[in-house]
Amino acid sequence: MTRLILDRKATVAGIERRLFLRQSLSLGVLSMLTGCDISDQDDVQSVLKLMSRWNDRAQAFLFRREALAPTYGESDVVRDFRYNAFFPAADAPKLSAADYRLELSGLIEDKRPWSVERLYTLPQQSQITRHVCVEGWSMIGKWSGPRLGDFLKRVGADLSAKYVGFQCADGYYGSIDMPSAVHPQTIMAVKFADEILPVKYGYPFKVRIPTKLGFKNPKWVTTIFVTNRMPGGFWEDRGYNWFSGS
Amino acid sequence: MTASTPIETTSARDAQLHPVGRRIMHWVNALAILVMIGSGWRIYNYYPALPWHFGFPYYLTLGGDFTVTEAINNEDGLANALAWHFAAMWVLVLNFLAYLIVGVVSGHFRRDFLPVSPGAFARDFFAALRGRLGHQLGEYNAVQKVFYWGVLAAILVTILSGLSIWKPVQLKELTWLFGGYEFARVVHFFGMAAIVGFLVVHLALTALVPKTLVAMVFGRVSAPPHPKKGVLR
Repeated sequence: MTRLILDRKATVAGIERRLFLRQSLSLGVLSMLTGCDISDQDDVQSVLKLMSRWNDRAQAFLFRREALAPTYGESDVVRDFRYNAFFPAADAPKLSAADYRLELSGLIEDKRPWSVERLYTLPQQSQITRHVCVEGWSMIGKWSGPRLGDFLKRVGADLSAKYVGFQCADGYYGSIDMPSAVHPQTIMAVKFADEILPVKYGYPFKVRIPTKLGFKNPKWVTTIFVTNRMPGGFWEDRGYNWFSGS
Repeated sequence: MTASTPIETTSARDAQLHPVGRRIMHWVNALAILVMIGSGWRIYNYYPALPWHFGFPYYLTLGGDFTVTEAINNEDGLANALAWHFAAMWVLVLNFLAYLIVGVVSGHFRRDFLPVSPGAFARDFFAALRGRLGHQLGEYNAVQKVFYWGVLAAILVTILSGLSIWKPVQLKELTWLFGGYEFARVVHFFGMAAIVGFLVVHLALTALVPKTLVAMVFGRVSAPPHPKKGVLR
């Protein structure tokens, strides 16, 4: 019995060595593939894009209108809120209340432009919520302004359309799904920490969406449009996930 | 399988050490975990969750070459790492769930990972430290059992804390359970660290007992290349 086992062990050891070598070889190939090169191949990129579209649908499915972003106390508010854009704060567009007009287009009945003063006449809502950046940092801030959903109803937007898009004075652009646009916490923030929104945070208003990542919250908005054709977005066109919900 | 027929027992066990389903799930998991770690390290580098500042070496991270992504996407590589992370998470989670279900239903957990007691763990652990713990294919010692339970728990915690970072609004109860958004990132990091720790030991032991690798690839180590030459069949 012992001898049989020993014989077998010798055979097995022989096979093992070969297999182990072959296996180490394929492991090496695998680790080379998972290096920097694989990501840059076209077919890999298209699979990743396909998965990102799938994730858009999965997130739309997970989204619940009644799920509210957690709110915090006044003492949690960060006063010196981080400035964030793809250019230095000094280059932020300085829009003047006298000249500014919010343009409306697409599936909206009343497309007359809005002045800053008129925006201020709408009933406002305040929120203390966490701004979460796609990079991983987060900050709690206080924003106030009219609900985007109320505004869209007021101007006769087609609320059965799929997308709401934004164009901004700095060349930034973005879009969100209609359910997120009419979410009760999605506001046109005209104030930060109870003061008129400073230039660096997006004067005259920033679309504050606590159910989405930071880059889905456009600043210095000059045009709002409603459409059924996916408008994409500045960072989304650079490979970031479109829905990017929280 | 009784003690009176030791060879048949070994042979029967060797014949089907790892059923094909388990082997597929093992390798799918291995690949998914590697992608999650590689892309996760790059994501971590963009805004470290831990107070002391360190980053993972760029060449160990997954998400494309900076200069190339800059050229294709006009973006320096975070988008790519995120795309990998949120693609591989489906593979990891679905495979993990399948493994848990099969593990319970087939009796694999009960048969191979149980029973395990603190006493048995201490005994086997110190035996291992003295180099006196043998390895028998298809039979796990108490240290291995604890390690397998540990890594399963680490994967579970990492998945759940990951979900709470991904969806701090839709899954806010889960995020609350992990101590809020910021702390969930720390938990996610240490879950990853535990998995990496397991991987280091797992790979070192595989190198010491290479036939375990053969078993995980081909399901058995006793099957000879030519069936005729097989013993005890």
